Amino acid sequence: MSLIELAFYGFSGVAVFAAFSVVLARNPVHAVLFLILTFLSTAGLFVLMGAEFIAMLLIIVYVGAVAVLFLFVVMMLDVDFAELKAGMARYIPVGLLIGVVLLMALGIQYTTWETSPEAAALRQNETPDMSEVQNSVALGRLIYTKYIFGFQAAGLILLVAMIGAIVLTHRRRTNVKRQDIVAQIYRDPDAAIELRDVKPGSGTE
Amino acid sequence: MIGIEHYLIVAAILFVIGVFGIFLNRKNVIVILMSIELMLLAVNINLVAFSVHLGDLTGQVFTMFVLTVAAAEAAIGLAIIVCFFRSRGSIAVDDVNLMKG
Repeated sequence: MSLIELAFYGFSGVAVFAAFSVVLARNPVHAVLFLILTFLSTAGLFVLMGAEFIAMLLIIVYVGAVAVLFLFVVMMLDVDFAELKAGMARYIPVGLLIGVVLLMALGIQYTTWETSPEAAALRQNETPDMSEVQNSVALGRLIYTKYIFGFQAAGLILLVAMIGAIVLTHRRRTNVKRQDIVAQIYRDPDAAIELRDVKPGSGTE
Repeated sequence: MIGIEHYLIVAAILFVIGVFGIFLNRKNVIVILMSIELMLLAVNINLVAFSVHLGDLTGQVFTMFVLTVAAAEAAIGLAIIVCFFRSRGSIAVDDVNLMKG
C-alpha cells in the first residue's frame, strides 16, 4: 500500500467516523468538535486530490469561522439537550432505511459509469500544468477574470448574511442610558444654566 | 491507485450520514444545521473530485461558491436559532407552529 493510499484511507476513515459522531453525539459541544475533525480530514482529502486552495479555504472558513460560530451558539444558549435527545431511538429505523437505500442507489451509480470520450473537449477551463502554475494561482486567474461577477455576487451574499445576522440578533435595551448626539449638538448654552435668586431657607422648586 | 470512485463513495457516505442526522435529530435544530453542513461538504467533495478527474478548474470555482453559500446559511440559521431561543426559551423545532402555516 503506497503512502497516498494510506493517507486516503486514513483521512476518509476519520472523516466518516467523525461525521457519524456528529449526528450521534450526546453532547453538542462534542458534535461541533467532531464536525471540525470532519472538515480537517476532508481538507486532507482535497490536498490529496491536488486542490490545495480549496483545502486551505475549508480550514479557514469552516474550522475558523463556521465551526466556531456553532460552538459559540451551542455554549451561549442554555438548552437542555438531553430532553431534545429523548425520542431519538424512535427515528433510527426509518433513518437507517432511507440512508441505506440512498447509499445503495448512489453506490450503484458510482460503480457503473464511465467518462464520455467527448468530455475532455467540453472542458470550460482546462487545468494548467501543475508543475508550472500552482493551484491557487490558476484559480485566482479564473475567479478574477471569467467569474468576476459570480465572485462579487458571493461577496454580496456574505454581506447580506452578515447584515441579516446582526439585524436578527440585535436587540435594543430600554433601561440603559445612551448618548444622544443630536440633542448634544442642538443644545442651547443660554438655556443650560438658569440663575435664580433664592431666599434663605426656602430652596428652589 | 486511488480513483475518482473512491472519493465519490466517501462523499456519498458523508451525504447519507447528513440525511441520517436530519432524521435522527428532528428536534435539535443545531444538529440539523450541522447535518446540512455535512451534506454540503459531500457536494464539495464531488465537485472537486470531478474537477480533478476531468482537469477542469470550474468545479473548484463552484466549490468556492458553495462554500460561500454554506457559510452564509450557517450564519443566518444560527441567528434565527438565537432569535427563536429568546422568544420561546427552547430550540425544539418539532412544534414550531406559531404561524399555523
